Amino acid sequence: MENNSKWIRFGRLLPQKRRRGLTTASFLLPLLLWAAISYIPGIWHPEVRIADPGDSIYFAQGDIVEKGTFKLENENLRAEGARFMTGRRVNPVYFPAPHQVARALYAAFAAPPRRDGDPWFYESVLHSVRVVFWGFFLSSVLGVPLGILCGVFDFFAKLIEPFVEFFRYFPAPVFGALAVAILGINDAPKVAIIFIGTFFQQVLVMANTTRQVDFNLVEAAQTLGARPMTLLFKVVIPASLPKLYLDMRILLGWAWTYLIVAEVVGTTTGISWFINQQAKYRAFDNVYAAILVLGFIGLGTDMILAAVGRSLFAWERGERGFFSTLTKSRKPNTPES
Amino acid sequence: MDIHSKLNLPNYRQQSAEVTAALDQLKKQPVALEIANLTKEFPSDAGPRRVLNDVSFKVYQREFLSIIGPSGCGKSTLIRLLACLEESTDGLILLNKYPVRETGADRGMVFQKYTLFPWLTVKKNVMFGLEVSGRGKFDAEIEARQWLDIVGLEEYADLYPAQLSGGMQQRVAIARALANKPQVLLMDEPFGALDAQTRAKMQAYLLQIWEKIDITIIFITHDLDEAVYLSDRILVLKANPGEVQELVEVPVPRSRTPEQFLSPEFLATKFHLEELIHPGHIRSADDFKVVKMVGEKDK
Ligand SMILES: Nc1ncnc2c1ncn2[C@@H]1O[C@H](COP(=O)(O)OP(=O)(O)OP(=O)(O)O)[C@@H](O)[C@H]1O
Ligand SMILES: [Mg+2]
Repeated sequence: MENNSKWIRFGRLLPQKRRRGLTTASFLLPLLLWAAISYIPGIWHPEVRIADPGDSIYFAQGDIVEKGTFKLENENLRAEGARFMTGRRVNPVYFPAPHQVARALYAAFAAPPRRDGDPWFYESVLHSVRVVFWGFFLSSVLGVPLGILCGVFDFFAKLIEPFVEFFRYFPAPVFGALAVAILGINDAPKVAIIFIGTFFQQVLVMANTTRQVDFNLVEAAQTLGARPMTLLFKVVIPASLPKLYLDMRILLGWAWTYLIVAEVVGTTTGISWFINQQAKYRAFDNVYAAILVLGFIGLGTDMILAAVGRSLFAWERGERGFFSTLTKSRKPNTPES
Repeated sequence: MDIHSKLNLPNYRQQSAEVTAALDQLKKQPVALEIANLTKEFPSDAGPRRVLNDVSFKVYQREFLSIIGPSGCGKSTLIRLLACLEESTDGLILLNKYPVRETGADRGMVFQKYTLFPWLTVKKNVMFGLEVSGRGKFDAEIEARQWLDIVGLEEYADLYPAQLSGGMQQRVAIARALANKPQVLLMDEPFGALDAQTRAKMQAYLLQIWEKIDITIIFITHDLDEAVYLSDRILVLKANPGEVQELVEVPVPRSRTPEQFLSPEFLATKFHLEELIHPGHIRSADDFKVVKMVGEKDK
């Protein structure tokens, strides 16, 4: 009998239901923690928003003061026999509550920019997406083939990889000023930063993954008469594709992390611009809303890519993927042994 | 009294007229593969290590030749040299009198490890070699289906390798190799990873196929029963360095059936092979496990 009641099981998958529950919890727990800190006064709330300043000459209604200061001022007021202040304990402005961020999230998309001529929020987001896309796309167009070549031919590996290995230790941001000088202040240097940040890793990662191909498959193909080009396109690439695809998903995540650096190169644009702007207005709920949008885009894209991958590479699990069921008839055979 | 006479086995060199005639017939066939003075050294820290030394033998067309020998004696190295998956240090390999230099579809191979392409369906796996050689998709598919029919897996054509059992995967691998119409089929312990029952089935399959089509088979195994059951002749290698010890002619008449496992000439051959590979290993009838099976059957 399998012991299904245990939650902690070494190297075993939990039942599907529990796995879903845990996935939900992984988002729900931080959210609950955030809500608790925001809505239960005793946990943190280190500041006081003044409702009635009383006779205080230093503070006005709506001011937010540190709770020690609030207490001190009230003691002074009481000593003078004056009317003292009342207020409500709150969290600092840089720690908005969930509902505030949710509201900001909606408002960010719905509300026009504060100044005429400034981009709408969604325009900033799209601008960011565009920069990441081009940086990642250009990097992949060069990096993927180069990496695969390095993985297959020692010639390219030895010629290219040592330098790439060296170059990847330069943090991409150090090329910011250079990129602007060469490419101007528009999007080109931003795309370049993302390119630099992604490309060198990409070559190495692709090369390594390609090298891990089960060489027995290559030899089997050779004994079937396959020549190098066939081996490359019909064996090595399809065999490493699932892992290459996974690598690409991870690299895309890295490209996103370079975005924030890239966007402040030259003229600040995109989500970074929005975030900086909102921080200046001390509208931190908007800042969080923008950060969340980045998270949603990242997680969303990755989830879609993962689903596509599961279907494309269903053969790994001995299943038919959605894409192959589209093109072929299904034969419902269960193998005997 | 030595154990051989105690077991009351004939000399393995004694052949019935039928077997002699069949072997003479075989040796009149053109030579499919000639291996001449083949030597292979692998580099090592202590200088080159000679794994195969001056190996020479001939394989005739339509012959079923097994290669046996102690573990590490260079059987896999030898067969990989024949496929040109390794380069020889010295010596010649002639296929139909022409030296071979590169891997090619004329020498198909079935490996002990499962090497079906997991991203291709069974049918597409079998079509792989055909398409590589420039056959059109349509033709290739028809042929692939015929080969799958021969190995009895036609209805699994559209499944992926991960959906098949090990034995079925090896049958597909055999179909894939044969679909290419190689002149020689090289098999390196193809059934080594299978359980005894599946293995016996696979041996029967292989014999059936071999009888059906025009192919020369070189078959590595460490299972002596398997070697005797399948082969016309058995090349015995000795280790360090790998050299030809003896080329044994199997005195068991064809066509073979599992009952022959217990025939005197079968046991005599097996006994001889056992003595070649593990000299002095058989000290009592108990060490010779098939004899026990005879006893059990008598009960
Ligand atoms: N690529 C290689 N580099 C160095 N040494 C090798 C290489 N391949 C094989 N050898 C050595 O050659 C010897 C023979 O190996 P091989 O695999 O041919 O033996 P085998 O007879 O097939 O053994 P087994 O019955 O265990 O399969 C072994 O000692 C092995 O260590
Ligand atoms: Mg071996």
